Amino acid sequence: MIWDVHSHLNAVDGRTPEEKMAGLLRYADRLGIERLCIFMGFPFLTDPKPEQLRQQNDQVLQGIGHHHDRAFGFVYCSGKYPETSVREIDRCVKNGPMVGVKLWVAHRCNGPELDPIIARATELQAPILQHTWFKVGGNLPGESTPSDLVELAKRHPDAKLICGHTGGDWPLGVRAIRASKSLATEISGSDPTTGMVEMAVRELGAERVLFGSDSGSRSFASQLAKVQDADVPDDVKKLILRDNLRRLLMPILQAKGIKA
Amino acid sequence: MSVDTNISVGHWPFRHLPAAEPAALVKALAKYGVTEAWVGSFEGLLHKDLAGVNARLADICRGQTGVRLVPFGSVNPRWPDWHDDVRRCAEEHRMPGIRVHPNYHGYKLTDPLFAKLLSLATERKMVVQLVVQMEDVRTQHPLIIVPPVDLKPLAGFVTKTPGLRLQILNAPIDVAGELIVPLARSGQVYFDFAMHEGVRGLGRLRDQVGPERALFGSHFPLFHWQAAALKIRETGLSDADARAIMSTNARALLPLSS
Repeated sequence: MIWDVHSHLNAVDGRTPEEKMAGLLRYADRLGIERLCIFMGFPFLTDPKPEQLRQQNDQVLQGIGHHHDRAFGFVYCSGKYPETSVREIDRCVKNGPMVGVKLWVAHRCNGPELDPIIARATELQAPILQHTWFKVGGNLPGESTPSDLVELAKRHPDAKLICGHTGGDWPLGVRAIRASKSLATEISGSDPTTGMVEMAVRELGAERVLFGSDSGSRSFASQLAKVQDADVPDDVKKLILRDNLRRLLMPILQAKGIKA
Repeated sequence: MSVDTNISVGHWPFRHLPAAEPAALVKALAKYGVTEAWVGSFEGLLHKDLAGVNARLADICRGQTGVRLVPFGSVNPRWPDWHDDVRRCAEEHRMPGIRVHPNYHGYKLTDPLFAKLLSLATERKMVVQLVVQMEDVRTQHPLIIVPPVDLKPLAGFVTKTPGLRLQILNAPIDVAGELIVPLARSGQVYFDFAMHEGVRGLGRLRDQVGPERALFGSHFPLFHWQAAALKIRETGLSDADARAIMSTNARALLPLSS
């Protein structure tokens, strides 16, 4: 029983969202991954315009349409377009089936432009997954670091913020967020290097660590191995692989009447 | 039987590894069901006394039981008297192959020395493992940034070196690109999939190169061993393809007599 907090329709075979979703689930089934959080459409757009945000969210709505028992949608938002983003949260989360918010690389997350997005998501009890990286060669102009997310978390202590990819360069990512107790982190999107989960559990506590794959551009397998092969107790693996995400999502799932 | 063609021993300069010591490495491999591992040395990346590195590697491999450790010595054709490192690997240590790191050793594949190295190894009937990268360049230490090896010149060498047996390690699909197909068709080149990503990464490799050209390689202990093993399950390989990739292909490339 594994829940994956980070999955995409992009880079999966299929012409339509429905075909891609079915393909993704076929691979997930082989590894016992029961639930997937899906966000962003295809192709990936690093800096989507308002109408493109809507289109990308429509693709996800279409993809998860027949799989509400397996797939949770997160609405794609952009700090460049806070008003559009809040409208999309209302359309897809408040009045739609989605249960979370995704922010990617269009706009760094430490600025006040993000505040209305985070506030509305928090009102709805929706977790917010913010992509983060520490790239040694330099981030994209709008790409956030875990330190940016720490600034955001200070302004929104009640928000359910998730540090996407643990900053990619995870020894630095873990260090950056460890003092910000309200932040959770997810492990997807980097090579399956040994030691990541062990350090995250040691420094953050097991309750703050979530499994994510970043499929389909990443393999479920390589990301799952980070947890299954980690030198941590089985009960800690269970927290990471399902219980922590389930706990984060449960209030909004209950509010929407979704059984899980 | 399970053969892992991409194992390294020793300490990694940038972080603690769970199985850096030889005994711990063998214990972990045995737990995973690996019966044979092709092993290089992390020391081979940055040390200058490669003769010493290779002698220690040979000793380590001889000294372990439970899993057959097959040493692949390091050779840097830019160091003086590198020919003798090849000779020692072959004659003194009875190594069936060498592992090369052109990016850590500071040369391009267009360097004439690389062609000489391939020729010399082929004359001695040694397998050459070419490592494209050790880790994601985005996460490297700021003082030691080592981009992946540019494989583009490789197609020319392969056809000009009859008898060459080459394995490419740690080549992500975006680095290997369209080169993979012609290299595989040469009949002389094999690939591991430690860094092949995507939900269909291994399946795509199999489709591109054929199941007979893919070898199991985990890049353990830098990577989790199960990452490669779970890719087999995720891909839904047939039993025959899984068997070929896990062991038969490796045995064809490196018969037990070698």
